[in-house]
Amino acid sequence: MPKRTDIHKILILGSGPIVIGQAAEFDYSGTQACKALRNAGYEVVLINSNPATIMTDPDVADKTYIEPLTPEFVEKVIIAERPDALLPTLGGQTALNLAKTLYEEGTLERHSVELIGANYNAIQKGEDRKLFQEAMQKIGIATPKGKMVGTLKEALEFVIEIGYPAIIRPSFTLGGTGGGIAYDEAEFKQIITQGLHDSPVHTVLVEQSVLGWKEYELEVMRDHNDTVVIICSIENFDPMGVHTGDSITVAPAQTLSDKEYQQLRDYSIAIIREIGVETGGSNIQFAVNPRNGDVIVIEMNPRVSRSSALASKATGYPIAKIAALLAVGYHLDELPNDITKETKAAFEPSIDYVVTKIPRFAFEKFPGTPDDLGTQMRSVGEVMSIGRTFKESLLKAMRSLELDVRGEMQHKHLDELEHTLRPNPMRLPALFELLRRGKSVQYLFEKTAIDPWFLSQLREIVSVEKEIVTLPEPKTWNWELWREIKRIGFSDADIAKLVGEKVSEIRKLRLEHHSAPVYKTVDTCAAEFEAYTPYHYSTYEWEDEVSRSDRKKVIILGSGPNRIGQGVEFDYATVHAVWALREAGYETIMVNSNPETVSTDYDTADRLYFEPLTFEDVFNIIEHEKPIGVIVQLGGQTPLKLARALTDAGAPIWGTSADAIHFAEDRDSFHDLCNRLEIPQPAGGVATDPQEAINLATDIGYPVMVRPSYVLGGRAMMQVHSEAELKAYLADVYAELPGNPSILVDKFIEGAKEVDVDALGDGETVVVAGIMEHIESAGIHSGDSACITPPVTLSETIQNTIIDYSLRLTKAIGVKGLINIQYVIKEDEVFIIEANPRASRTIPYLSKAIGHPLAKYAALIASGKTLKDLDFTRTPKPELYSVKEVVLPFLKFKNILPILGPEMRSTGESMGISDNPYLSYFKGQLGANVKLPLKGKARIIGSHADLEQDLKNLGFELCENQDYDLLIDTEHTRELRYALENGIPYLTTLEAAHWTLKAIAAAQATEMQVRPLQA
Amino acid sequence: MNGVLFSMSRCNFLSNRLIGFKDARLRPSMSLLQKPPALLALEDGTVYYGYAFGYSGQTIGEVVFNTAMTGYQEILTDPSYNGQIVTMTYPHIGNYGISVYDMESNKPYARGFIVREFSRVASNHRSNQDLQSFMEQHKVVGIEGIDTRALTRRLRSGGVVKGVIYHGKASPELEAELVAQAKNHADIDGRDMTPEVTTELPYARPTFKESPRVAVIDFGIKHSIVYKLEQAGAEVIVVPAQTSPAQIMALNPYGLVISNGPGDPDGPKYAHDTVWQLLGLLPTYGICLGHQLLGLAVGGKTFKLAHGHHGANTPVKNLVTGEVEITSQNHNYAVDITSIPGNQFKATHINLNDNTLEGMAHTRYPVFSVQYHPEASPGPHDASYLFNRFIEEVNAFEGATAMPAMKAEAVKL
Repeated sequence: MPKRTDIHKILILGSGPIVIGQAAEFDYSGTQACKALRNAGYEVVLINSNPATIMTDPDVADKTYIEPLTPEFVEKVIIAERPDALLPTLGGQTALNLAKTLYEEGTLERHSVELIGANYNAIQKGEDRKLFQEAMQKIGIATPKGKMVGTLKEALEFVIEIGYPAIIRPSFTLGGTGGGIAYDEAEFKQIITQGLHDSPVHTVLVEQSVLGWKEYELEVMRDHNDTVVIICSIENFDPMGVHTGDSITVAPAQTLSDKEYQQLRDYSIAIIREIGVETGGSNIQFAVNPRNGDVIVIEMNPRVSRSSALASKATGYPIAKIAALLAVGYHLDELPNDITKETKAAFEPSIDYVVTKIPRFAFEKFPGTPDDLGTQMRSVGEVMSIGRTFKESLLKAMRSLELDVRGEMQHKHLDELEHTLRPNPMRLPALFELLRRGKSVQYLFEKTAIDPWFLSQLREIVSVEKEIVTLPEPKTWNWELWREIKRIGFSDADIAKLVGEKVSEIRKLRLEHHSAPVYKTVDTCAAEFEAYTPYHYSTYEWEDEVSRSDRKKVIILGSGPNRIGQGVEFDYATVHAVWALREAGYETIMVNSNPETVSTDYDTADRLYFEPLTFEDVFNIIEHEKPIGVIVQLGGQTPLKLARALTDAGAPIWGTSADAIHFAEDRDSFHDLCNRLEIPQPAGGVATDPQEAINLATDIGYPVMVRPSYVLGGRAMMQVHSEAELKAYLADVYAELPGNPSILVDKFIEGAKEVDVDALGDGETVVVAGIMEHIESAGIHSGDSACITPPVTLSETIQNTIIDYSLRLTKAIGVKGLINIQYVIKEDEVFIIEANPRASRTIPYLSKAIGHPLAKYAALIASGKTLKDLDFTRTPKPELYSVKEVVLPFLKFKNILPILGPEMRSTGESMGISDNPYLSYFKGQLGANVKLPLKGKARIIGSHADLEQDLKNLGFELCENQDYDLLIDTEHTRELRYALENGIPYLTTLEAAHWTLKAIAAAQATEMQVRPLQA
Repeated sequence: MNGVLFSMSRCNFLSNRLIGFKDARLRPSMSLLQKPPALLALEDGTVYYGYAFGYSGQTIGEVVFNTAMTGYQEILTDPSYNGQIVTMTYPHIGNYGISVYDMESNKPYARGFIVREFSRVASNHRSNQDLQSFMEQHKVVGIEGIDTRALTRRLRSGGVVKGVIYHGKASPELEAELVAQAKNHADIDGRDMTPEVTTELPYARPTFKESPRVAVIDFGIKHSIVYKLEQAGAEVIVVPAQTSPAQIMALNPYGLVISNGPGDPDGPKYAHDTVWQLLGLLPTYGICLGHQLLGLAVGGKTFKLAHGHHGANTPVKNLVTGEVEITSQNHNYAVDITSIPGNQFKATHINLNDNTLEGMAHTRYPVFSVQYHPEASPGPHDASYLFNRFIEEVNAFEGATAMPAMKAEAVKL
């Protein structure tokens, strides 16, 4: 069926700021959908509050609204744009819930907007547990058996049916508290009795436990013609009990026989039909009993999800793009398969390699929270890797994670290692270490329920490690031995560690024996057809399928897995660089290991290498492609770390040189430079060991800020007010850090205002792109602070001083591209804190605020253009105010007080734009899911008579109990946790309080407008 | 219930004995880096170096590939692969072992097996045996560790490629000899392989209740076809390929199935005759080779595909209903429907990838056939409906006949 011509304009809902559980994958999906629909001739309107995404780039949609994702604002956009249809399936749960609300409130009907890609009933059936169970019962597929009981007797009768262990969930307790798992009758009786007591309605759900069962996910697509295809099957290495987002997963499924797999396939087809997803993709999760093959369906997501992004990258099949086209009426057998060009999208990809995904966690940012993994997702990002075998794929994924823990594990006691076998981020290294110490696969299976096939693969890796150690020295290894060792997946660094040689020596010997990786193509059809996808991975095999073109090419290094401090903002920068250089006529090559992002869409660059961002893997590609330029400054710290090694190895680094980068990041040279340029710095120094740090702090005078050198996101940074505190920091935090980095000790200026500046330099000229004024005072990590541009409280003089310092510093460092500089201002004096000659996380936000694509400019400067060529020679003066607010994941980490500090903890950001700075702030809050109340009750903890008065003026009633709509707590008490868990807006700093009250005043007085970026 | 802690050791569903987990314990001397070598020598001179597994020795045959990611046992035991050396594109083979329930015939018919990495352990509750011992038991020679993707790319561009798997290290002279052996191996084209794969004696699957009786001519049938027919309600009698039409009709069948099988459909000429003679007497259902035999029997032609279809993910469009089904395929030849005289057959299914014919139906008689494998095994069940359709046609036909008098004479009932 041809596409619908009765609709012309489609509104797409984005997923908002990046949070744990809903992240960059929706940037990728949404961007694909916008592109696909525009190519098909539709006009696309997008609303999303997240400025860090590519999706909200003004080039991606016809009209882009960076506005809060609330029913009120969506309605404003609908009124302004009058779209014919709404597509809500590409913005995660946020978009789906929003669409549901709009439908239920009648908004869509009122404005004649049709819901496409999902229908209301399907969403309900898929998401409501009771409706889902009924639907499954109807088609004869088992769901976890459960029964709501009100007495112990009922519970005991039911548990006979399901056996132990049994899961107990009391109804309506807050945050799911209470309940637990009972392994025998005694425990069961105790937990049930307690649960019935805890539950305000005195009922508990007793549910069958499928903990330890094998877990599978199938990605399914359906079109209006009722054709259903399975795109990918994914097997979780971590069995049931760990959220799929937190599990190590492998595609395709490895331990299912054909009959078992076909059963899951048949079920998936029946499920997507019964739930009624008419067009688009769904993710369906199954549990399979390893003992007898019983299958239970756990849940389904009737929309594109994190797994769809993974499945798309794993197979090469662009799920979101096809889903968008299906929503407007195409059938799967009418759409071409982009990869083979001759076949259709109605088929099921077959793959001839193995894909491994390992999640990335950030528990170190939340000390005190247990790092046990369970049914609630807590990872902040993930890596994916492709190898011809599972071993190769796993080892590549492990080195993509940039966490080298082998050394740590070696020294651990057996007991501790065994304790690390519970689901937690360190389980995989613990498994390896226990295998090295001789534990059997059987034993580990009993402890963890991880399938013996996977454990045997790990054991094979350990076996080869042991064998390598027994071999004579590497100088004697022949070509075949090198090949087999590299084929297992070991990196040069791994081998070097095992044999006690230098990495460079191993590399040299390996190349002497002609052992180099070849590159293969992801083609969705296991080589059955000719493929044209420019999507490649490395492996140690025979045939190289990728030949070097004779065009001028540039390699751009991506940012690796998302993590706190290095998120989708860097993907924005690298993708923009690709776009700019492509337009300028270069062949662009992207290297990245993150499956969630737009950068790893094979459509983005001319060529994509899905590879770990390590020196070895990157340099292999450089040698293979022989580019004229390599850009490392736009992907955050990950590629930046490689600058020195790559330069030394002779790679043609474009943009700011490794020397300049080092110059700016080295404390001493930076300090000298600032002195020479007469730019004031707070007193500070570098200590090489803890005792020196203490001496330094005494000299400088408390309070001081301490942190290790060369990290991102202010990891392990702390404010200390006394020697005792400093000693505690050194003993607890610093001692845990690997590598004994130097300790930076700086005077902490209390009550100072903090400012961020992003500037561009081309070697001759420098232009400040924007000054961003922080709302919270210095001491809060800049990545966690809300900020506004143009500045509101800075005088003209101060702004000019800042600009002057920035221009001279940037020129002196020799920046060819972007630089981010941080200043603090105390009593009209401007001090410089640090300068980072690379793209910063504020680039996407600032670019959208000023209407200039800064990352593109940086890339073009790296290729040799000047600021004059780019027509960017003066600091822009935006007409509107833009606020960047952040989202913090405190809710996911129990017992943590939601207060900000020098260590960055935010996962994402939202943006608010308005002609009134306080309305911008209000919108920014709304975009970050903080609904500031316009009236009601407020509570203040801490003595702030002025705030009390302001609140009264705004019409708020003050209260002392927990019945408030707004909490201001500058004393940082546990009341904050209560407010957080109950979804009540809370403020923890005085600055935020002042801004908030002004914002409320502005919102009370004005009706907020929406405007597109393209205006 | 955030961060629920659990203890695997207290889950009593996990017994101490791992069910179905056969750990081919690594012998102390077995090194993963220095494994016993093997090589694959193709008739065009290319030699791939790998490692030996399966039965020790040497084998020769036509080298083909299959892109299915599961189902290696079904593929190995599918008689359609008789005389062939099968390459699996999916790198890990043997993970879930061998199960007595997944045999598609009584033994592997493939001559050799080429994989990227065979699994030394079998981990699945259904498994009774691991791949290595299965292959040793049935004398299937294997080679692992070669670049199977490179091999597939070579094989996909068409033409028959014969090869030799040799266990051991070979001198250049021996290599050249092996290449020559491959070149001289008897071609599949034109050869009738049926005697190697058909059942020696007829056998029945009685249902002990009233059921339509279906006669199945065995050209190398997969068990799943018999099973699917049973499931659809038929009483099945399987007869050897060379059974005469009179003998078949003497069984008093209400339906006829022409099975799948290996080799060139031009090979078994007697089959064309039998099928032609029976045409119109009974509702007939042809699968894979059966479809091709039908085409040839009525005077049509087959042609060799540019590259054969070998996988479990091929999309086929049902031209009658407009629906798309994902199918399992394993064939190198297709029927040219335009070559069938008198427009006796019309196309009912086509391949969405290359528009070749995948299914046809007779314009007058209840006779239809498909090129692909609706019984799957391995593969998707999307086309299972064809078995039900066949039984529906059988039930509708029920002895009522529109049989031309001449034909009845010809077969001398």
